Amino acid sequence: MSRLQVVSGKGGTGKTTVAAALALALATEGKRTLLVEVEGRQGIAQLFETEALPYEERKIAVAPGGGEVYALAIDPELALLDYLQMFYKLGGAGRALKKLGAIDFATTIAPGLRDVLLTGKACEAVRRKDRSGRFAYDYVVMDAPPTGRVTRFLNVNDEVAGLAKIGPIHNQAQAVMRVLKSPETAVHLVTLLEEMPVQETADGIAELRAARLPVGRVIVNMVRPQVLDAADLELVRTVERSSVAQALSAAGLGGARRGGNAEKLVNPLLEQAAEYTERYTLEQEQRAVLTELGLPLHELPRLAEGMDLAGLYELATELRKQGLS
Amino acid sequence: MSPDPAEASEPAQEPERARRLSSARVLDVDPLLDDPKTRIVVCCGSGGVGKTTTAAALGLRAAERGRKVVVLTIDPARRLAQSMGIDSLDNVPRRVKGTEGDGELHAMMLDMKRTFDEVVEAHADPARAAAILANPFYQSLSAGFAGTQEYMAMEKLGQLRSRDEWDLIVVDTPPSRSALDFLDAPKRLGSFLDGRLIRLLTAPAKLGGRAGMAFLNVGMSMMTGTLGKLLGGQLLKDVQTFVAAMDTTFGGFRTRADATYKLLQAPGTAFLVVAAPERDALREAAYFVERLAAERMPLVGLVLNRVHGSGAGSLSAERALAAAENLEDPRIVDQGGGKAGLRNSPDTQGSSHSSAPETAAPAPEEGSPADTERSVDRLTAGLLRLHAERMRLLARERRTRDRFTARHPEVAMVEVPALPGDVHDLAGLRDIGDRLAARRPERTEHI
Repeated sequence: MSRLQVVSGKGGTGKTTVAAALALALATEGKRTLLVEVEGRQGIAQLFETEALPYEERKIAVAPGGGEVYALAIDPELALLDYLQMFYKLGGAGRALKKLGAIDFATTIAPGLRDVLLTGKACEAVRRKDRSGRFAYDYVVMDAPPTGRVTRFLNVNDEVAGLAKIGPIHNQAQAVMRVLKSPETAVHLVTLLEEMPVQETADGIAELRAARLPVGRVIVNMVRPQVLDAADLELVRTVERSSVAQALSAAGLGGARRGGNAEKLVNPLLEQAAEYTERYTLEQEQRAVLTELGLPLHELPRLAEGMDLAGLYELATELRKQGLS
Repeated sequence: MSPDPAEASEPAQEPERARRLSSARVLDVDPLLDDPKTRIVVCCGSGGVGKTTTAAALGLRAAERGRKVVVLTIDPARRLAQSMGIDSLDNVPRRVKGTEGDGELHAMMLDMKRTFDEVVEAHADPARAAAILANPFYQSLSAGFAGTQEYMAMEKLGQLRSRDEWDLIVVDTPPSRSALDFLDAPKRLGSFLDGRLIRLLTAPAKLGGRAGMAFLNVGMSMMTGTLGKLLGGQLLKDVQTFVAAMDTTFGGFRTRADATYKLLQAPGTAFLVVAAPERDALREAAYFVERLAAERMPLVGLVLNRVHGSGAGSLSAERALAAAENLEDPRIVDQGGGKAGLRNSPDTQGSSHSSAPETAAPAPEEGSPADTERSVDRLTAGLLRLHAERMRLLARERRTRDRFTARHPEVAMVEVPALPGDVHDLAGLRDIGDRLAARRPERTEHI
């Protein structure tokens, strides 16, 4: 199991949720995981229903069995100051640079530099050991940028090597790439069973593979439960409306004759079934596309009551059941 | 006690609708699209809520109502782009064929690098432009600066507006890290290129060793020293060359950024926040509403996409589930005496149950009428479970929406019913346009 688990996905697929559930799932049996956020959205804090996370590793959840989940929202500016402090002991000068806008410059406009700082911080956490020589975190889970940008984000080497040919940033980029391209890392993509996200997932995998980044698993999120099976779908097309009306009536929902309450339910219910069928067919097509990608495929259910903290634990249990941890 | 519980629950639907009407102002898109004073419509919102589709559908609708429209999309799904006939990413507005009526629809996809290149080419002499375009720093900046896409979208919007060839421009905003990014981008890039650091970096070239600049030069050498160490000397030289070239060619980058920003505040601009009835999307929408107000940007309303309804809204999830259990438990359904009488309840008599051929009709070759009846029961139970699921989804969506409305009752809203499939052609976009304009709440009950 790779120690750095990167989670990406199209916007709206719930990648932050899946990343958080994965961090919880990996934190079983006294293990310790770090959940890292890189886009300054405070999505983790919202998900765990806590106040905004500072640039500081802090415990946000306890997993069943005594494991712990820590979270860190990486701020590129602070990461750069951190880095300057670490390598150049630039305390006051660092602040002066910030005043001049140099930090802002370096972290926003110097392309790739920002990303090196973000991925660099995550890789540092992966490699960090405590005094006894044990890894500080068993796993680091990164809530990465969306699929469309993730390859560029992770492939900092190409970005930075073209610009900084020597110097510590160059070296840092090299060190980061060694971790990211090794089996230590796995990049998972979250998708929905819809055309656009599936297409983006296929494109994203091709890009990751071209960049020789290790692709992990495809996780289909928010999968709707199967309510009608194939036999039902077949019958929906041929069934007599009157016999459905009678069944509804028998179930205690009113009269089956024309204008009766049960009869009035038949059309709307069959209409909903037709929509279900259409969606089901589309979902099956998309599932087939995903299967062809040749990667381990996992499905997480859509939670009936929407996403909340309890739901997160439910998804973590599901991920554990499916062998992701 | 009513003998028929379904009957009793039916009237409850009316007050429910009334409440929905009064809970928020209703956004009417047609007057907005028809008003010749509306020149720009900006669709914004978080990713995955159907922003691009909404922009395209509004554009088509406006065109078919007689206006000359251009839709600027940022990163459309292939099939959506194809549905409008813009499968090539060439940064030029193309006429969309197959629209109805007197208006025109044009569509284009933003190529941010090309837009940036065009800006450079338009503002620098050929030699300088070539030097800038070849600069590695420029190449990275134009392709990768966090905000370049947002800035270029605004730049393109400014260009399209100043060409004055269209009476309406519909813009889709980039899928940003945060929906707010595109508002900040023009300012950020403007202030960056105009900032102290840039002046420092370009100072040696422009000011030489002027005495008064000694202080700056100290800062400069400290700066370049540190940045040089950090990034490598060559990079810094590239940055300096680049910045010097940009600085002299662009001059008023900030002025351009400010002009774009003012364009967004102008009365002819209308912002539409697009969201889906989900917690995160509506939270983002609320941020956006607040931010637009703070920036005095003209928000006209919220488009709530993918709202579910039900034609059987009077049947609650609980009753549907209870009925499904009745049907699935043969001991109850097949009980002789009283319960079986349900199937022949006074209500049903005179309809058709007694005529066996009709019951058997769906699958005459397959087993006995009793078998068929059982599979119809099973199917009906499935239909009821499906309905229960729909009603729960519907309730959750309403709660989420109502929380938003409580926070922002001033925001007019239009709900767009969910479609089971994706949009692939103009007919699909037209259908969404109809749904956008059908503001009567009962319309949402059909889907």
